Amino acid sequence: MTSKFKIALATLALVTGGISSAQTLLNGSYDVAREFYKDYNAAFIAHYKKTAGKDVKIDQSHGGSSAIARSVADGLDADVVTMNTSTDVEFLANAGVVAKDWAKRFPDNASPTTSTMLFLVRNGNPKGIKDWDDLVKPGIQVIVVNPKTGGNGRYAYLAAWGYAKKKGASDAQAAEFVGKLYKNVPVLGKGGRDATTVFLQRNIGDVLITFESEVLSVNKEFGEGKVDAIYPSISILAENPVAVVERTVAKKGTADLAKAYLNYLYSDEGQEIAARHALRPRSQAVLKKYATTFKPVQLFTVQELFGSLSEAQKVHFNDGGQFDKLYTVK
Amino acid sequence: MSSLSSVASPAAVLPGSPAGGKRAARRVLPGFHLTLGYTVLYLSLIVLIPISALFFKTFTLTLDQFWVAVTSPRVLASYRLTFGASLIAALVNLVFGMLVAWVLVRYTFPGKKLVDALVDLPFALPTAVAGISLTALLAGNGWLGQYLEPMGIKLAFTPAGVVIALIFVGLPFVVRTVQPVLEDAEKELEEAATSLGATRLQIFTKVILPHIMPALLTGFAMAFARAIGEYGSVIFIAGNMPMISEITPLIIIGKLEQYDYAGATAVAVVMLVLSFILLLVINALQAWQRRNAGAPA
Repeated sequence: MTSKFKIALATLALVTGGISSAQTLLNGSYDVAREFYKDYNAAFIAHYKKTAGKDVKIDQSHGGSSAIARSVADGLDADVVTMNTSTDVEFLANAGVVAKDWAKRFPDNASPTTSTMLFLVRNGNPKGIKDWDDLVKPGIQVIVVNPKTGGNGRYAYLAAWGYAKKKGASDAQAAEFVGKLYKNVPVLGKGGRDATTVFLQRNIGDVLITFESEVLSVNKEFGEGKVDAIYPSISILAENPVAVVERTVAKKGTADLAKAYLNYLYSDEGQEIAARHALRPRSQAVLKKYATTFKPVQLFTVQELFGSLSEAQKVHFNDGGQFDKLYTVK
Repeated sequence: MSSLSSVASPAAVLPGSPAGGKRAARRVLPGFHLTLGYTVLYLSLIVLIPISALFFKTFTLTLDQFWVAVTSPRVLASYRLTFGASLIAALVNLVFGMLVAWVLVRYTFPGKKLVDALVDLPFALPTAVAGISLTALLAGNGWLGQYLEPMGIKLAFTPAGVVIALIFVGLPFVVRTVQPVLEDAEKELEEAATSLGATRLQIFTKVILPHIMPALLTGFAMAFARAIGEYGSVIFIAGNMPMISEITPLIIIGKLEQYDYAGATAVAVVMLVLSFILLLVINALQAWQRRNAGAPA
């Protein structure tokens, strides 16, 4: 009896030991990156097996960028976070779960990919929209995300503001320009997908301001040829930052794996997969290869015009900030 | 836990000790102390502790910060919309929910069971689905919206759309509270009233309405409370424009999205207190109505 029991126990130990030898990694990421990371994970698992000789299993947790950040701060055991605004990683750094100097831990501000804001117009561009100036004309309806509830909306707002500034406007003039633009907004989407639905399914508005990477999914979901992508003359560089969650990797002993996982994003393979999902690669070679997807735009960075996203947050989006004034000050 | 054990022991002794020592009045029903202890414990775990956590979070704000957070123009506008639209929706449900309950109780018709089951649908349906369907229906290119919009009636992406979504989610509360009371109502009373020469209107206002009034008010209060907290169905149809169609729960989500936990809980506390006051008023109204209805007859 006892010997049988011992054997059973030993087998159990072996089996569980076998399972735990394959490390698992949890990637906390934003909603629309699901498809990209599905492909990327498959490539990384093969790469890791080849280089480190180990099997890994990668789980993903997706949600609104800030919802994920909140759950990681509250204790979700993600090993790495891959976000679409640095605000979310900054929040985790302040919460002490991500290194304070996270932006220096990986190349290019710890952002292996970027995106930008552009316009989607109805097929054939019936209203002849070419640039930001066309969006403030009377009679044009613009669909955009509420900057209070979505990173997509914050980038759209900052892109418009930055355009005005780049054209030499003063702060007051920029405020007036952005104010005119939001006067043309009949519906503020709650998030990126919500705005896309309003524009394409409800058929409201002449132009949708959204991420470049959203164009691909629009074409995939609603069929090619329903919308045209319009590249404005100037737009914003939106970085997609990544970071290791120090709290989790210390507990699970996955520091090396987490690092390898994020580093591989910068490899040629990683950059190519990103490019196929319409995320702008940092690698110039890959960018050139996908030149048809990524039309050249004059891009400015958040740092250049606003200092940082958190500073932009304070001035523009906090209660009583510039965005509130657009609606409350007449 | 200690409160539970201390109240549990006398209840356990109770059957064995007939005199009960100095215990003044023995209740007819057994286990009052046990159930009270259970009630307090359960309410604490499920309601009071989470809500007190909410209050504690707001204490991280100074009074000034709290005041600014809960009285900024956008937030004030959202209170007006949330409470106003909820009130209108609950009132509409009060009238039409009663009608539905009336028809379901007093009439038989083919497919009645099916209609009866349909009433519960807003309970079961994920609210986001309700919101998306209503928007698809009422938007400018929707089934109904395409006819309404040329007439100048815009429902989707306006405050009116918010009211419609809230009517949808609140309907079952009124129907389901009034229905059983109507079923129990004695038809003989109405027949007696008729034989005594009462008009139909008199029967309704003097016989039926007083009888179902408490249930109606309960249903109204529940529909109203539900509407105040509703989020999923509303955000899709509201359009979410600051000062016009932003509901308070959206303001809270917006603050959370920007990691303003304290500000979010501050607004939530205001909502909670306002809702609690309104529900108290409705409860008081109910008690008053019951006393009034009970006394003269």
